[in-house]
Amino acid sequence: MIVDDTIPVLPRGVRLREDQARGGFTLMAPERVLKLDPIANEVLKRVDGTATVAAIVDDLARAFAADRAQIDQDVKSMLQGLADKRLLDLVAND
Amino acid sequence: MTDGPAIDPPLGLLAELTHRCPLSCPYCSNPANLDRRSSELDTGTWMRVFAEAAALGVMQVHLSGGEPTARHDIVEITAHCRDVGLYTNLITSGINVAGAKLDALADAGLDHVQISFQGDISDRADHVSGMQGSHARKLELAAQVTGLGLPLTVNAVIHRGNADRVREMVQFAVDLGARRIEIAHVQYYGWALRNRDALMPTADQVRSSTAAVEQARADFEGQIVIDAVVPDYYARRPKPCVGGWGKRSLNVTPSGKVLPCHAAETIPHLTFPNVRDQSLSDIWHDSDAFNAYRGTDWMAEPCRSCDRRAIDFGGCRCQALAMTGDAAATDPACQLSPFHARMVELAETAVAEVQASPLDTRYDYRRFL
Repeated sequence: MIVDDTIPVLPRGVRLREDQARGGFTLMAPERVLKLDPIANEVLKRVDGTATVAAIVDDLARAFAADRAQIDQDVKSMLQGLADKRLLDLVAND
Repeated sequence: MTDGPAIDPPLGLLAELTHRCPLSCPYCSNPANLDRRSSELDTGTWMRVFAEAAALGVMQVHLSGGEPTARHDIVEITAHCRDVGLYTNLITSGINVAGAKLDALADAGLDHVQISFQGDISDRADHVSGMQGSHARKLELAAQVTGLGLPLTVNAVIHRGNADRVREMVQFAVDLGARRIEIAHVQYYGWALRNRDALMPTADQVRSSTAAVEQARADFEGQIVIDAVVPDYYARRPKPCVGGWGKRSLNVTPSGKVLPCHAAETIPHLTFPNVRDQSLSDIWHDSDAFNAYRGTDWMAEPCRSCDRRAIDFGGCRCQALAMTGDAAATDPACQLSPFHARMVELAETAVAEVQASPLDTRYDYRRFL
C-alpha cells in the first residue's frame, strides 16, 4: 500500500536506460523491456531510492505546473502497478 | 533488403556460450547435434558479437548454454556486456556457480539470474536432471542470489512427471525469494522430441496445471510474477514463436551460427550465417535465413488470410516442418491446420501406454560434459 511517506526503490536488476536505437527511455527488468511514455519516464527519473512519493509528486507538480491531486493519484497508481509486477520495491518510511 | 517494410532492430540476443553442461535433462533445448568445445567461439569474437548486438539495438543479452559458467571467460564476458550497455541475464543450471564465481559475476554487473529447477522435490528433480545432488546445489545458489539482492527467476519446465505440482512449484519459488517464475511446458524439439512419450502430460494434467497457474497468479499477486508457456499439443492456436521469425530476437550458437530461434537448424534448406564471417547487422537485415519467414508475405493458406497472422505469425516453423514436412505450413498447434488432429493423436498415443511414476520414468538423457 502506497502512502505519502513511502519510498519507492528500483531494486537491483531493474534500471532505466535510454534506447538509442528506437528512441525514448525503457525500464529494463528480468525478461522485460518496458518502453516508457514521457510521463512514466519523468516519474521514474525521480525514483532515486531516497525520495518519498510525496516529494516526487511535489516535484512533478512544480515542474509541470499541474494539479497536484491528479498527479498524486496517477503517480501512486503507476508505482503500485510496477510494484505488483515486482519491478519496484516500496519501502515504508518509519 | 531495400524494398518492403523496414526491419525493426532485435531486442534480445540468446547467447549459447557453450553446449557443455553438467546436467542431462531429457528436454534440453540444445540441438541433438551438439557443438564440441573445440568449435566454440573465442573470447574476442564473443566480445565483438556483443558490441555489435548493442549497436544493432539489442537491449538484453541472455547468457545461456549448456551451462554458460562452464566458460572460463564468463566473468569477462559479463563485464563486457554490461560495459556496452546490455542488460545481462544468466540462465544457469546452478551447478558449480555458487560461491566466488557468483560473487565475481555480480561484481561484473550481472543483472538477473535464472536457475533451472527440475522440480520442487529433490529426488524427483535429480532423476530428471540425471545428476545426484543437483537440486541441493541449486538451492545453495538460489540463496546466494537472493542474498546479494539480485533478482532470481525459477525456470520450471513442466512435463508429465511434475505437471501435478505447479502450485507447489510456485510456492517453492516464493519461498526461495524469487521475483519471477517461468512455468514452461516442454516444447517438443530436439532432445524433448526424443523423449516425447515419457514427457507428454495428459489432457487432464494440462487442464489442471493451467488452472493452477491462474489460481497462483491471483493468490501470489505482488509476490511473484508467473510467466507461463502453454503446451502446443493441446493448444487451439499456435504461439508466436520467438515473437515472430526475425522480429524480436536472435540466437548465437557456441560455434557462432546465428539463428532466429534455438531450433532453427532443424530446417535443412536454410543456411545460417556465422558471426566469424559477417556482422550481426548484415545477418539480421540481409541474410536469406532471417528473411525466409519474416513478416507475413511467405505465408500460404490458412495463414495468409487469417486475421491472427500478424499476432501468431503462423506459429513455429520448426514444428511445422517436423510434423508436416513443410516449414512454411501452418503450425499444427493451430486448429486450422489440416495436421492438427494428427498432433492431438500423437499426444494421446504418448500418454496412453506409459503410466510410470515420476521416479520410474525412463529418459533418453542428453550427456555432454
